[in-house]
Amino acid sequence: MSTVTQLQNPAAYWETEPHHHPEGASTNIGFWVYLMSDCLMFAVLFATYGVLHGNLAAGPGPKDLFDLELVAVNTAMLLFSSITYGFAMLRMVKGDKAGTLKWLAITLFFGLCFLAIELYEFHHMIHVGAGPQRSAFLSAFFTLVGTHGLHVTFGSIWLITLMVQVSKFGLTSANQRRLMCLSLFWHFLDLIWIGVFTVVYLMGVI
Amino acid sequence: MAIPTNVETTFLLGRLNFDAIPKEPIVLATFVVVAIGGVALVAALTKFKLWGYLWNEWFTSVDHKKIGIMYMILGLIMFVRGFADAIMMRAQQAIAFNGSEGYLNAHHYDQIFTAHGVIMIFFVAMPFVTGLMNYVVPLQIGARDVSFPFLNNFSFWMTVGGAVIVMASLFVGEFAQTGWLAFPPLSGIAYSPWVGVDYYIWGLQIAGVGTTLSGINLMVTILKMRAPGMTMMKMPVFTWTSFCTNILIVASFPVLTMTLILLTLDRYLGTNFFTNDLGGSPMMYINLIWIWGHPEVYILILPLFGVFSEVTSTFSGKRLFGYTSMVYATVCITVLSYLVWLHHFFTMGSGASVNSFFGITTMIISIPTGAKLFNWLFTMYHGRVRFELPMMWTIAFMLTFTIGGMTGVLLAVPPADFVLHNSLFLIAHFHNVIIGGVLFGLFAAINFWWPKAFGFKLNVFWGKVSFWCWVIGFWLAFMPLYILGLMGVTRRMRVFDDPSLQIWFIIAALGAVLIAAGIGAMFVQFGISIWKRNEPEYRDVTGDPWNGRTLEWATSSPPPSYNFAFTPVVHGLDAWAEMKEAGAARPKADYIPIHMPRYTGTGVILAGLSTICGMALIWYIWWLAIVSFLGIIAYSIYHTFNYDRDYYVPAEEVSAVEKARDLQLAQGA
Repeated sequence: MSTVTQLQNPAAYWETEPHHHPEGASTNIGFWVYLMSDCLMFAVLFATYGVLHGNLAAGPGPKDLFDLELVAVNTAMLLFSSITYGFAMLRMVKGDKAGTLKWLAITLFFGLCFLAIELYEFHHMIHVGAGPQRSAFLSAFFTLVGTHGLHVTFGSIWLITLMVQVSKFGLTSANQRRLMCLSLFWHFLDLIWIGVFTVVYLMGVI
Repeated sequence: MAIPTNVETTFLLGRLNFDAIPKEPIVLATFVVVAIGGVALVAALTKFKLWGYLWNEWFTSVDHKKIGIMYMILGLIMFVRGFADAIMMRAQQAIAFNGSEGYLNAHHYDQIFTAHGVIMIFFVAMPFVTGLMNYVVPLQIGARDVSFPFLNNFSFWMTVGGAVIVMASLFVGEFAQTGWLAFPPLSGIAYSPWVGVDYYIWGLQIAGVGTTLSGINLMVTILKMRAPGMTMMKMPVFTWTSFCTNILIVASFPVLTMTLILLTLDRYLGTNFFTNDLGGSPMMYINLIWIWGHPEVYILILPLFGVFSEVTSTFSGKRLFGYTSMVYATVCITVLSYLVWLHHFFTMGSGASVNSFFGITTMIISIPTGAKLFNWLFTMYHGRVRFELPMMWTIAFMLTFTIGGMTGVLLAVPPADFVLHNSLFLIAHFHNVIIGGVLFGLFAAINFWWPKAFGFKLNVFWGKVSFWCWVIGFWLAFMPLYILGLMGVTRRMRVFDDPSLQIWFIIAALGAVLIAAGIGAMFVQFGISIWKRNEPEYRDVTGDPWNGRTLEWATSSPPPSYNFAFTPVVHGLDAWAEMKEAGAARPKADYIPIHMPRYTGTGVILAGLSTICGMALIWYIWWLAIVSFLGIIAYSIYHTFNYDRDYYVPAEEVSAVEKARDLQLAQGA
């Protein structure tokens, strides 16, 4: 067989030319796998909510507590922030540093609006005696929604860090990779929120 | 004396005060010994000026080989601690008859059985397995390092941080008295008000971050860093089983993390996930923790299945029988491991249909596992089997593990389980598979890859002493537990009323003593081999002392920091065996600069801050918890401002290292 003779050439067994893994080639898939592990954490929270959501312990239930209009505004904030992040990425691909920074700032604004509304909702619920200690349902609610909120908080800190880094060092390949990862993270949180909105709020009230 | 009644908290120290130091003589004596040992170690390191060396060459290293070795050392240290717990329990149970209380009070004994389980699984088996994968996988796939070298270092130090927290509980405060999975409501704040369960939680959470990240890292490494030509179905079996293990890690540890977070919220914020009142559901915890827990046992055993495959084919001088079926069996086990969790609590009362489903899925797992055993047997069949130490451990595994597997299938029958649930039969079963599978496999692996890691072989005589002490000791220690379990003795008992049981516990204790001798012999084996490492019968100059088949044997022992001067090109299974057959010498000129990651101390610093944060949370020292948490965030951000993370090993340096190897090979030949 001709391949055998070819294989007897030692060079066929060692790559003598410079061998390059493009820098950060594994970062995207690595981050993606991390997101899937994060997704599992949310899966546990959704499952817990599914099991415990009827355990009101004679306390207030979803219909007494949820204000769908407020949640609709909140959802809109997060969805807008996802779109604006997309615009930031489009500017990044064009190499437009100022445009990228502008859209990132708008994204941050919407993200902070989302957090503010969520904090208002939590504050209101605790104020009327429906805090996380009141019943298993409320424990599960605050933990699921709060964990998502914590993620958005960390995403915002990360966003600010990246804005500083982009403005200081420009749209270098390392920074582009980081923006890409945060983009995945941000859209992922959006997706989780769709689940929260449906399972917790809509199914709770309707 | 157990829990201090005055749980006053102060601002500065939370609930930490002088009452937190245990005053039991056994613990105090241990503390004194450990303290003297620690001071001696620190003094020796300072005297011989080794701190700089350790920091620069090891602690900050991102080299997967050094990190792998550090994991193994961590596992070994914790193994001694876990075994000390085991032999204390054996001694207690052997004497606590006829009205005797034994020598351990209930508070101490309950901590010991909890710590034994936690340490052996999380801080012995896991570091051993992770260390092994870290060391071997990149070499087997012909890579220079893992995908995320810094993350690897960070993961290791987080595991160390968890271990430090669990060890600290011995001397300050207490450890959990709940059993190794801390089932609520016992682990809730109402029944475990002091620090024991909090030590448990934060120890596992901090180590768990490391485990999850290292799982992601190795998984991506195997996906993206394989040498050219190595398709998935040309990967060595150990790499395959490691790949499946890391998938299991990524897909199960987040469940553990979140479950423990929920328990934490119950304990710290008064939520009602697992409480008895206000709608909480303790069984929810038990379901969730076993959804992690069952995949976990396969996380432990799968890499060792890979080790046995490599060892069997190497020492039989043949290709592995049924490579493809081995891969599919591994993948089947990976998937099935998620469908069996409920067999840990058939007695929960979920009804006949649910119990039958989980009973049947459990039995099905024995089919791919059986296929593997037959593959190993057929690999040996018609082979020229060399009974070196790794092969001896493999044969001991086959005999021992099969029995453990069969008692497992027995337990999978729900009606039988109703009788045997939480009995010593169960204890005997899982020690049968974990010692007979995971530990024997690790000993095979250590004897097999030690020459690769250090450049010299291990002493055979003391290895055999260790082998026979371990194997006989194991059977002596655990067969009586099967018998006791069938007689209805439950686990975690401190004293016994029925004097007719005592003889079995005495036999089990003798077995434990024999195992202790086996461990001692293993340390002697290491010591003698290190002492005589330059003698010709120990020294490995070829890099291939066993006539190996996979790529890790294609480089020198120990390998250079960059593993391979030129990346190997793979054409089939058993790439190195094929190269040897084809007489493919490695190129000896025209070296090129090699791109490598830089060492960094960030992992140590972040893990150190996390450990401080964990200790602060355990003791309710809120200001310290906040400060250290902010420290973690600030330092992480600071770290991202460092863009200079890699460098090139100059071609001249590569050339010098490779020339030295040529010389060594010439001398050996």
